[in-house]
Amino acid sequence: MTAPRDKFGRPIVVVTGMGIVTSLGGGKTDNWKRLTAGESGIKTVTRFPLDSMKTTMAGAVDFVTVDPFSSTSLSQRLAEIAAEEALEQSGIGSKGDFPGPLFLAVAPIETEWPQRLEVARDVPAKDFGIIEYLATCSGGKFSHFHRRFTFGSVALSLAETFGTKGSPISLSTACASGATAIQLGVEAIRRGETDATLCIATDGSVNPEAMVRFSLLSALSTQNDPPQAASKPFSKNRDGFVMAEGAGALVLESYDAAIARGARILGVVAGCGELTDSFHRTRSAPDGKPAIGCVRKTLADAGMEPEQIDHINAHGTSTPENDKMEYLATAAVFGEHTKNIPVSSNKSMVGHTISAAGAVEAIFSLLTLEHQRIPPTINYEVPDPAIPFDVVGNKAREAKVTAVMSNSFGFGGQNASLILTREPA
Amino acid sequence: MAEKEVWITGVGLLSSLGEGLDTHWQALGEKRVNADDKRLAPYVIHPIAPVSFDAQIPKKGDQRQMETWQRIGTYAAGLALDSAGVKGNQEILSRMDMIIAAGGGERDLNVDLAIMNADAQGKLPPALLNEKLMNELRPTLFLAQLSNLLAGNIAIVHGVCGTSRTFMGEEAASIDAARIAVARIGAGQSDIALVGAAHNGDRGDLLMLYSFGDFALKDQYAPVWARRNQPGFAIGSAGAFLVMESREHAEARGAKPYAKLTKVVADLAKRKQPGAVTKSLQAMWPQLGVSDANAMLITGATGAEPATTEEREFLGQHPGVAVRATGTTFGHTMEAQFPLGLALAALSISRGALYPANDPTGLEVEKTKAPTQIVVLGVGHWQGEGMALVEAVS
Repeated sequence: MTAPRDKFGRPIVVVTGMGIVTSLGGGKTDNWKRLTAGESGIKTVTRFPLDSMKTTMAGAVDFVTVDPFSSTSLSQRLAEIAAEEALEQSGIGSKGDFPGPLFLAVAPIETEWPQRLEVARDVPAKDFGIIEYLATCSGGKFSHFHRRFTFGSVALSLAETFGTKGSPISLSTACASGATAIQLGVEAIRRGETDATLCIATDGSVNPEAMVRFSLLSALSTQNDPPQAASKPFSKNRDGFVMAEGAGALVLESYDAAIARGARILGVVAGCGELTDSFHRTRSAPDGKPAIGCVRKTLADAGMEPEQIDHINAHGTSTPENDKMEYLATAAVFGEHTKNIPVSSNKSMVGHTISAAGAVEAIFSLLTLEHQRIPPTINYEVPDPAIPFDVVGNKAREAKVTAVMSNSFGFGGQNASLILTREPA
Repeated sequence: MAEKEVWITGVGLLSSLGEGLDTHWQALGEKRVNADDKRLAPYVIHPIAPVSFDAQIPKKGDQRQMETWQRIGTYAAGLALDSAGVKGNQEILSRMDMIIAAGGGERDLNVDLAIMNADAQGKLPPALLNEKLMNELRPTLFLAQLSNLLAGNIAIVHGVCGTSRTFMGEEAASIDAARIAVARIGAGQSDIALVGAAHNGDRGDLLMLYSFGDFALKDQYAPVWARRNQPGFAIGSAGAFLVMESREHAEARGAKPYAKLTKVVADLAKRKQPGAVTKSLQAMWPQLGVSDANAMLITGATGAEPATTEEREFLGQHPGVAVRATGTTFGHTMEAQFPLGLALAALSISRGALYPANDPTGLEVEKTKAPTQIVVLGVGHWQGEGMALVEAVS
């Protein structure tokens, strides 16, 4: 009989349902198969013209379509697909009646270009200004754009569809958003406010303006040919991240509640930690101090020693700075033990799913625990000598994995880490 | 486990009325309103009062990296830290949690209008959209737009570096920000937190979204309760931030409270059903445990319909409660409206008086008694409802 509370006397938080969509496919089975086979979901973008673009590839989810297209609608659809899979596996509640709150990681929303232009074509004046444009916006013809592009719209729709309870929270902590959604869920269960939470993270942002914006910040890889070789975390010739779409959904429950209803426990969220970087708006502190603090906070929250971590699911964006900083931070915390930890970055195959990444990678971490098999970091042909991680290069590796640390280090100084284990500690 | 008491020990306000608590207290006493019906006519807005950002954002380089909404927020956050006496206190700031409610930042309207005009005139083949965006968008503009970069800027400028979470979703985002902060402090998951939001109403690009739904107030300013025949909100400008901490933490460092934040509740009414907002408010009210005889109420009522009529229905059931609508004075500052209400509630309690009514319709009544309980109410223009109870510390 395992203790129903962790060593700090808090309810243990377990995962009872997971759902995932990435550029590799829909569902855990397909994703895991392709991920461990070292396949890439990165392709040349076909969704919009690529003229003038420096970067022309992405991990777009093209097998899911929404009409009319908007990144917001696609984000919502991906979230629904992931949540349906998670809820079905969990068997919690009943259809349209989830017995807890929703925490949603989603990209910031605004009216998108196709819709802006649709209105523009309706403005009677030639050479119009904003006031004439606004006059055309109003009058009711475009009221559906208000419903679509409010910041709360995706959460509102998901809350209605899945019948989550209370006020749904939409959040953005940039590349750490998915981890933050999980963290908020863990905290709510630990406070005893609820026995279950639905944590979803989604991103459908492959559109021209988003790609231009990241490109203008020189954040994206421009190694377009072949697209599947662009994302090469920890390689010497890495040159940026690859934008990608996807969604991950997790049903979190207190251990007690899960056991009481006879649910299958897929893993434990043993610890979460977060620490903000005040160094720069897009760059992490080069000494990795905030990331170090984040990792230490996470270990402390789980009540674990560094030696107990036997795999790191890295943030590993494939940007020159991030990967190096991640190594320095890891080495600072794990010391001699660093070389014993197999490290891998799922982003080498699925790309950077930005707002969704923290949840997508938490799910891959849990699947790693389940299958005792670590997915590879593909395109690992020219190891960066400055990053002497034990990278699981190019081929999946069988390994005994009991505790995975999943890192998310993002723009705006947002750092968050999770520790996932198979069994309650 | 008994929940810890949550104190409001810092309040930072910058708005269309000016900056700081004394300025606001005086302006509210004089029933001053700074509305503008010319800048973006026919839309009525409340522009931010003139301010030199240097006092709280000393590096020009930092200011340049921000757009106005971020400057407003970073400035008000600094005022809140000052007011709590923790400004520059690295030991506290490095573990201070932050929950920000944010929308998106300013777009480059000139670039957008040029593209939209070109398209309307048939001069924008799809390929050209990329080229225009690549060539004409300022690289750093993205950072001024990202929702989580208000928090990012507060971390950089003021060093608030514990956890950093940005909630989105219009009015509800800040209700939830306060709710989660209070729950975390109450449960001992956090000792001290900075909670708030910022909004810049002087933005044509922002009016787009609200024009789609015909929510923007046009032609003429009127107090919120006097908009029955001309519904809508005048978008406002404010940065409203609060430092919240556990009583133990505050007492240990000798900090004085403005008030305590006893409870925050939130809901997502099913608004497709008429009357859902009224019912939601009726269901939340008893959770606060206040008596009508004692309570006063500060609402962020927007003036948008049918939400405001449904809210008025609820208020009509509590005729003894003195009501103040921040929308009349400040316009609708969206994510910032709820923390603005919390700030004014804490201020009123600390000054021992509720500021005067400003309402020609008579819904708001005078109350001279010193407030001990003020309910802060938020009803989103489209979704999300919530209430908080701010009380005098006993």
